[in-house]
Amino acid sequence: MTTETATAAATATATASGTSKMTTRNVDVFYGEKQAIDGVSIDIDMENVTAFIGPSGCGKSTFLRTMNRMNDTIPTCRVTGEITLDGEDIYAPSMDVVQLRARVGMVFQKPNPFPKSIYDNIAYGPRIHGLASGKAELDQIVEKSLQRAGLWSEVKDRLHESGTALSGGQQQRLCIARAIAVDPEVILMDEPCSALDPIATAKIEELIHELRGKYAIVIVTHNMQQAARVSQRTAFFHLGNMVEYGDTSEMFTNPQEERTRDYITGRYG
Amino acid sequence: MNNTASPAIETTAVGHRSTDWQGEAMQKRIAKRYAAERRFKYMGLAAVAISSLFLAFLLFVMIGNGLKGFIKTEVAVPIDFVSATGGASPDQLAGENAERNLNSLDIAGIVNTAIEIEYGTDGSEIFTENSWTDVRDALLSNPALITQNTSVWLTAKSELDRAAKDDSNEKYEALYAKLKDAGKVQSGFNWGFLTGSDGTDPARVGIWGAFKGSLITMLVTLSLAFPIGVLAAVYLEEYAPRNRATDFIEVSINNLAAVPSIIFGLLGLVVFLSWLDMSRSSALVGGLVLALMTMPVIVIAGRNSIKSVPPSIREAALGVGASPIQVVFHHVLPLALPGIMTGTIIGMARALGETAPLLMIGMRAFLTSPPQGITDPSTVLPVQIYLWSDEVNRGFVEKTSAAIIVLLLFLLTMNALAIYLRNRFETRW
Repeated sequence: MTTETATAAATATATASGTSKMTTRNVDVFYGEKQAIDGVSIDIDMENVTAFIGPSGCGKSTFLRTMNRMNDTIPTCRVTGEITLDGEDIYAPSMDVVQLRARVGMVFQKPNPFPKSIYDNIAYGPRIHGLASGKAELDQIVEKSLQRAGLWSEVKDRLHESGTALSGGQQQRLCIARAIAVDPEVILMDEPCSALDPIATAKIEELIHELRGKYAIVIVTHNMQQAARVSQRTAFFHLGNMVEYGDTSEMFTNPQEERTRDYITGRYG
Repeated sequence: MNNTASPAIETTAVGHRSTDWQGEAMQKRIAKRYAAERRFKYMGLAAVAISSLFLAFLLFVMIGNGLKGFIKTEVAVPIDFVSATGGASPDQLAGENAERNLNSLDIAGIVNTAIEIEYGTDGSEIFTENSWTDVRDALLSNPALITQNTSVWLTAKSELDRAAKDDSNEKYEALYAKLKDAGKVQSGFNWGFLTGSDGTDPARVGIWGAFKGSLITMLVTLSLAFPIGVLAAVYLEEYAPRNRATDFIEVSINNLAAVPSIIFGLLGLVVFLSWLDMSRSSALVGGLVLALMTMPVIVIAGRNSIKSVPPSIREAALGVGASPIQVVFHHVLPLALPGIMTGTIIGMARALGETAPLLMIGMRAFLTSPPQGITDPSTVLPVQIYLWSDEVNRGFVEKTSAAIIVLLLFLLTMNALAIYLRNRFETRW
């Protein structure tokens, strides 16, 4: 087990291309006594979309949530190891969680717009961080974020209607726009399409393509086809270990590990 | 394969069971299930019918008795103010010296003489010794009256008032019939009941003093119980660590909500009156006691509605970098507010109808003027109802019912306001 992890870590470091936005080294996550993640080391870069795949309960979502400290809200959760953003340890006492979460945005499994207007959904983040100096600037941020999320043309005439009145796919794009609005550097997506129909899913995937390069994107998915479609780098998780990490095309055509091959060919999952 | 236990299931030759849905036993069982359902439905209907019947009965009796309490009977007395006062001018009755000048005119004497001239010995059966105050009030509001020879309407004695409403003895009914034939009585809306305070003569008592006392007490209660209750709920739900101390506090608050209200009255008596030496009978102490009683209800309702805010909303807010306090005040609390308000209104409604603890802290004083502030001696509507229901004078019966109507209207207004506020702030997701 440890040798495998070590191999994986080595592979990860070796094949990381360009500058690493986020790096993790030997990250363990515990829920009380139970270990959920065991020694994961991975590099996330700006140019590529990174997908985390693996069977249910393998810890991929848990690991994702350590990357912007969303797991802080769970009292029993404990993280060891090192996670850095631009070389800065995000678990260091000097790190401000509120700022971290603005820099590392998150999109959740279920679309969760605030029960407020579309405009207020987007404007909330910029408002609390004081990113806009006036109404005009805020309007601009809202428009730009919605355009980037590919939602502007659909909602521009009803910005003051409730965000919860949108369809599921639109809600999820609204949530992506909300994350974009605070101008993050990294966007973490936790199974963003699992509650959506195929057409809405296709739109989100298209959107991920367009956002690539502007933000470092990490997407957790249990859908291998989706990982193959949207990502350039893929990490395979199994039972709290990262089994393999590499280029997506390589991973799906020529997996190095036995377990990866079994999962990809559908032997378990 | 056991086919003796359930006759509807037969074992076929091949060995697997098939259910005989058409069989007699099965049909009987289905009929029995439907019968049980119907029975349950009828029992529910009966329960609703019985409770509506009680409510209808209560309202019918209250309104039937109480509406009479809002009507008063007046009897005319001709007074020639010019000769009686020796030519006083209206200027004397205006300005700051009005009341003093009026007192020097001996209005009581004038009125009593006028009554004696008009009604003779019947006068004392028709009017009370205080009837002249009607004339004083009329003169103060309209000084020009002093130069006229006119007929003034004075509030009749309670017995005569009841005779007008077919509820007195023969003597007064005969008197009333005589006055009516002479065209000297009239009935009118009893504004005095809405503007006056407690008194000894049921025809002249009012509810305003108790109403104002209730209003002030409720304001004290709300301004203490609501913020403390909501903040306690937020802290316990969002910040408190899960440990034994928190559990203990939770259990204590739940128990506090179930403590009989008279205990809170005793607590108020000892703590606020004996130890802290606050003013007895005051709305302040009453409000404090009721706040203690209401707060646990608000905490419990608040915690429940905070708990029911979906965690995804908290995550969403944390995810864009909101600090924990921003999550609470921007998202959780606004979404929980309708539920908190419902709980608050239930608590306040209970506090509004509370009598026992207020009796303990002395809010049962006989007060003939409304309280001017939170430290003035005051009484509240339910205590006033309790006091009037205890009066010997039969005239108080309708006043009691009328006061109950006022209390119920107060309650309904409060609830309506709460429902309006709740619907206004309600958000769906």
